[in-house]
Amino acid sequence: MSSDREDRAAGDSPAVAKNATVDAIVAAIIFIIGAVVVFEARRLGATWTSDGPGAGYFPFYIGLILCVSSLGILYQATVGKGRDTDAFVDRVQLRRVASVLLPATVYVFAIWLLGIYVASAVYVALFMIILGKYQPVRSVVLGIVINAFFFVMFEVWFKVPLYKGVLDPLRFLGY
Amino acid sequence: MEELSALMQGFGVVLTPVNIGLMFVGIILGVLIGVLPGLGGANGVAILLPLTFSMSPTSAIVMLSCIYWGALFGGAITSILFNIPGEPWSVATTFDGYPLAQKGRAGQALTAAFTSSFVGAFFAVLMITFLAPLVAKFALRFGAPEFFSVYLLTFCSFVGMGKGSPFKILVAMCLGFALAAVGMDTVTGQLRMTFGMTELMRGFDFLIAVIGLFGIGEILLSMEEGLEFSGKSARINPKVVWETWKELPRYWVTSLRSSLVGIWMGITPGGATPASFMSYGLAKKMSRNGAKFGTGEVEGVVAPETAAHAAGTSALLPMLALGIPGSPTAAVLLGGLLIWGLQPGPLLFVEQKDFVWGLIASMYLGNIVGLIVVLTTVPLFASILRIPFSIIAPVIIVICAIGAYTVHNAMLDIWFMLGFGVVGYVFKKLDYPLAPLVLALVLGDKAEDSFRQAMLVSQGDVSIMWSNSLVGTITTLALLMLVWPLLSKLLAKLRPPKDKPDFAEEQPVD
Repeated sequence: MSSDREDRAAGDSPAVAKNATVDAIVAAIIFIIGAVVVFEARRLGATWTSDGPGAGYFPFYIGLILCVSSLGILYQATVGKGRDTDAFVDRVQLRRVASVLLPATVYVFAIWLLGIYVASAVYVALFMIILGKYQPVRSVVLGIVINAFFFVMFEVWFKVPLYKGVLDPLRFLGY
Repeated sequence: MEELSALMQGFGVVLTPVNIGLMFVGIILGVLIGVLPGLGGANGVAILLPLTFSMSPTSAIVMLSCIYWGALFGGAITSILFNIPGEPWSVATTFDGYPLAQKGRAGQALTAAFTSSFVGAFFAVLMITFLAPLVAKFALRFGAPEFFSVYLLTFCSFVGMGKGSPFKILVAMCLGFALAAVGMDTVTGQLRMTFGMTELMRGFDFLIAVIGLFGIGEILLSMEEGLEFSGKSARINPKVVWETWKELPRYWVTSLRSSLVGIWMGITPGGATPASFMSYGLAKKMSRNGAKFGTGEVEGVVAPETAAHAAGTSALLPMLALGIPGSPTAAVLLGGLLIWGLQPGPLLFVEQKDFVWGLIASMYLGNIVGLIVVLTTVPLFASILRIPFSIIAPVIIVICAIGAYTVHNAMLDIWFMLGFGVVGYVFKKLDYPLAPLVLALVLGDKAEDSFRQAMLVSQGDVSIMWSNSLVGTITTLALLMLVWPLLSKLLAKLRPPKDKPDFAEEQPVD
């Protein structure tokens, strides 16, 4: 989503991002979102139509408030006296957050490919080995056990089928 | 005493072996959710919601509301033993709870916390029992303008009573409304803001938002701290419980005051977190031992816990009686009601008597079950926290992904969940409140419908919002709330500067 971009920007720059800086960036993104909402609402008909308020009547004002408020935040973060110059993240923190967020992104992609169960087993095992420094055997066993439990719980017990993935590696189980 | 006989009937509905069993399951799951970082009341209920689709509505709501009670209880365990608030509303509990644990009186602190939680909830349920039917009866006369004015009051209260920048509260709220507008327009059938993507026709489900904002966002925040638990161990034996219970009646004034604060903050969408802080601050000012607060006073545990639980419980009153939830978790429960085909609001008390009174009866029973469960199982839950974070974190992310998928069986929702997670992390760090966003996402369509209906009636004349004394009062109150941040700034300029409120720094923006 919108804030991915500024996370990456913070990672590229050697300087530590300040709260006020990130605040301003987020406010700018929100202004764009607000503007998009306003234009879309105008297209849908933000005025009074023959049979009452148009489909864009309500969103139009929502978008307007978004734009005005984001300008307010932008003002507070750039020119205002009380701007928050504390660090948003330092490098260590950013690395820690990225070490969860990036694998999580790969994980969601793997779900699409392999389905929830297989992707989750691999994810839990790798997370334990790489970030938790556990023995590989123990990690793999735990990953499989946890997901076997989920499989039994959802497919067998509650009869709620979960996503099996494009490749569907668990086809042989018959669920 | 019509209510009492209805309540008895409610007990009859709830007291089946299956429902009692579900209550225990719900409480245990709830405490677990409250204890684990990254899982909280709102997203815990959201994740488990799809599992209840096959149950009867009464059984389902019994289990889900018990998860909520459990989460309220569970937050205290981590606050007292680990000095890590498991939930935002238990931050104030750490002030005196953790010092008590350091002194080796963890058992006493936990017993006091659990018992006061129970007391707070009990007062709130009593209030719901007698007040909710009245409010519902009153609200039966509401038309579209009245409903819109109540929605307006709900959202303006966030601005008036919220902490932090009013601009950020407005942004969070309007983002919720904008996301709610995505998809098919309920009145004209036009597609709104889908930009040609058919997958977006479904719109953004608030359950996905809740799981991402509160679940993934929380994990990212916890990870940043490089979480390492180092906790005090606790054993609760009957002697400690008995000793503490003998001591507690001394604090009855604090309990009563905190319950009232909690109930008030719960009905108005102030929420449990500000309630706990306000109540702690009041107790510190008014108690004879006030000066010793922060060094391990039992009274300092009683005050925030009573208020938080009272607020968490009474947030269900506007949800049941008006269809307007007072907290994100109440909003998720409301979503559940809609999925089971029940329309929350005043008519619920007329058309679904069994369900409503069953739910209210289950609140009494659920809190008793909760008290028993937490008093007996604290060591177990404390030991769960000793499982390293590098095992817990991926499992919680997996659970969130499964939860997001099961809402609509849509792969795209898992991506949305991840996106909301990043938004939640950034917003939390920048002090954007998340509760208004979630409530706006839930209520967006309904608020818009009532607005358009009101406008249709008046042919676009806004003065319909002041067409009679009732709707006029509510609308005026709402607008007053909206401009309150400005008014209070003006007042502060006119009057000599007052002291800052206590603990303003520690209080998280909820």
